Amino acid sequence: MSTSPVTLGKALNMGLRKAMEDDAKVLLMGEDIGKLGGVFRVTDGLQKDFGEDRVIDTPLAESGILGTAVGLAMRGFRPVVEIQFDGFVYPAYDQIVCQVAKLHARSRGRLPMSIVIRIPFGGGIGAVEHHSESPEAYFAHTAGLKVVACSNPVDAYWMIQQAIAHPDPIVFFEPKRRYWEKAELDTEATPEPLFASRLVREGSQVTVLAYGPMVKTALQAASAAEEEGISVEVLDLRTISPLDMGPVLASVRRTGRCVVVHEAPSNLGLGAELSARITEACFYELEAPVLRVGGYDTPYPPSKLEEDYLPDLDRVLEAVDRSLAF
Amino acid sequence: MSEVPEPVHHGFEPNPFGPHHDPISSDPIHADVASPVEQPELVQLLTPEGERVEHPDYSIDLSAEEVQALYRDLALVRRVDVEATALQRQGELGIWASLLGQEAAQIGAGRALLPDDMAFPTYREHGVAWCRGIDPLSIIGLFRGCDSGSWDPIESKFSLYTIVIGAQTLHAVGYAMGMQRDEGQGACLAFFGDGATSQGDVNEAFIFAAVFDAPVVFFCQNNQYAISEPIEKQTRIPLYRRASGFGFPGIRVDGNDVLAVLAVTRRALEAARSGQGPTLIEAYTYRMGAHTTSDDPSRYRLASEMEAWKLKDPIERLKAYLVRSGQADAAFFDAIQAESDELAARVRSGTMEMPDPDPVSMFENTYAEITPYLEEQRDTFLAYQAGFSDQDSHA
Repeated sequence: MSTSPVTLGKALNMGLRKAMEDDAKVLLMGEDIGKLGGVFRVTDGLQKDFGEDRVIDTPLAESGILGTAVGLAMRGFRPVVEIQFDGFVYPAYDQIVCQVAKLHARSRGRLPMSIVIRIPFGGGIGAVEHHSESPEAYFAHTAGLKVVACSNPVDAYWMIQQAIAHPDPIVFFEPKRRYWEKAELDTEATPEPLFASRLVREGSQVTVLAYGPMVKTALQAASAAEEEGISVEVLDLRTISPLDMGPVLASVRRTGRCVVVHEAPSNLGLGAELSARITEACFYELEAPVLRVGGYDTPYPPSKLEEDYLPDLDRVLEAVDRSLAF
Repeated sequence: MSEVPEPVHHGFEPNPFGPHHDPISSDPIHADVASPVEQPELVQLLTPEGERVEHPDYSIDLSAEEVQALYRDLALVRRVDVEATALQRQGELGIWASLLGQEAAQIGAGRALLPDDMAFPTYREHGVAWCRGIDPLSIIGLFRGCDSGSWDPIESKFSLYTIVIGAQTLHAVGYAMGMQRDEGQGACLAFFGDGATSQGDVNEAFIFAAVFDAPVVFFCQNNQYAISEPIEKQTRIPLYRRASGFGFPGIRVDGNDVLAVLAVTRRALEAARSGQGPTLIEAYTYRMGAHTTSDDPSRYRLASEMEAWKLKDPIERLKAYLVRSGQADAAFFDAIQAESDELAARVRSGTMEMPDPDPVSMFENTYAEITPYLEEQRDTFLAYQAGFSDQDSHA
């Protein structure tokens, strides 16, 4: 019924609001999320409507935020934590990896750990150091955590609600450079499951896998390829851990070729895991090795160089060409 | 020949911070820093000789039966500790973290808890676990490698043992913030040691508790050592004074005096429950054993130091008080001795009989909702294990 164009940031805001209305145990925690509404305004207006006890402006201490979220989760609350920028999550890394990820197992399932850790990630906004990183592999590598990334406003609205309602801790990556992208959002539609990958563009010659901010880049590359007569299929992974391999393998079996795109450095990134799994499952159907297009294995560079560092349309196309040349 | 090193003083006198930081006393910039000659105040209701003394701010009025019950707690947890150490030496436990010497700190704190309160232990709070009704065998299962703690943390109101130093103090604050939000009646009691006070998490816990007025009491057992490092490697001021910088009260209590610890912890928990926010309690005590059974304290401390602390033994002083005041006779102590031996025998046989965990159990509870990939790994594992079934691989 209610269909209107909203930005990705606004869709998250609406999703958070809906989750808080649906469940009184949902709390938001983070730095500057109250009066300011977060540095990206994702929590705008929520403290005003839900009060300071449910939208908690915390001290500036990420480990403290996650550690207290653990205690709140033990008490039966569902904390949704905002980490202000990707590069700021590391002080909380110990609490996330040693406590959040392990307490369900350590307690033999007696301690609920329904925590969502929202992290705006990726580059492309001309920011200073520590504001443009893609740390998803650190979390995907950790047993006990689940990791997802939204790429568009519609997914943002539904996925944040599904993540909050889910019983396991979830690291929720938000593509910060896409916060302002708009799409029609039908809040009465039936959402897809959270841990499901989606075919977003059909093609026949090469499968391109992407998530978060790179989905748009991959789609742009597919359009450009079409002009050159190359048919590229694009999948939005949506879920990073667990990976939803069904649609991925089905696509690669059709095309015989695969390129994985992410902003994170290639070394031991998601592309490496995807390449291994695809090779194990589709060895005889592959026409070319799985190729990766990622950030380089350098620290994220000063922003004047980020266009050289980040995968873009041309680098994706170049990889598609290499794949086809095998 | 090198000289025998001067023993580091950790007793109540002279000031343990004495010789290390005195040059600053004439420096006006440092005028507020603890004076090197100042004796930190220490709440004590029972002297090391077992003499009952009064304190202007903290009193306690216990019946003979209540004091006897505290003695029983102290004696039994020490007996379990001795037995567990022996079991480790005999190869039955991978490791054991002894509480020897800290019984009064733990029993005093543990008995101050009310049913709605929630305790957050380190890995050494066997005495507090005892007070929360947790079977010593549940603790032993962790050190034997059977599980990570088999008790129900919510039902027992005793969280799981936490091995990452200080991490649980934040959990306690978060849980206390939850109590504020769901109108819980209790307070949280967060345990940690002197070494943990250097951790960022503990300092962040202090900050969160202070700004949110959380109903939490921070209970630091200063047992003088973080494995080998003496307290001087962690702090320039007595630990309880750290609280003032965070804006809440701090107090040092004789950690080997079960009556004083009980009185001080009760008071702090009452304050927390009634909305007065956090308190830091420094229970001044001594780790009479090794850090764990893997440690060798003879490499970093002198036997004479241990001898001095033996004179302050928490159990001996309560026994002296009970005898001196005529609140217990030989028959009482004989009965406790018999109960201790019985408990130790049960702990021993229970340990020996403890079954190994089912190998497939490691796949359980990684998630509330298992992932397809993990299911696949579990099934592969089961099939692989089944290949050995005729060899009776995990009998």
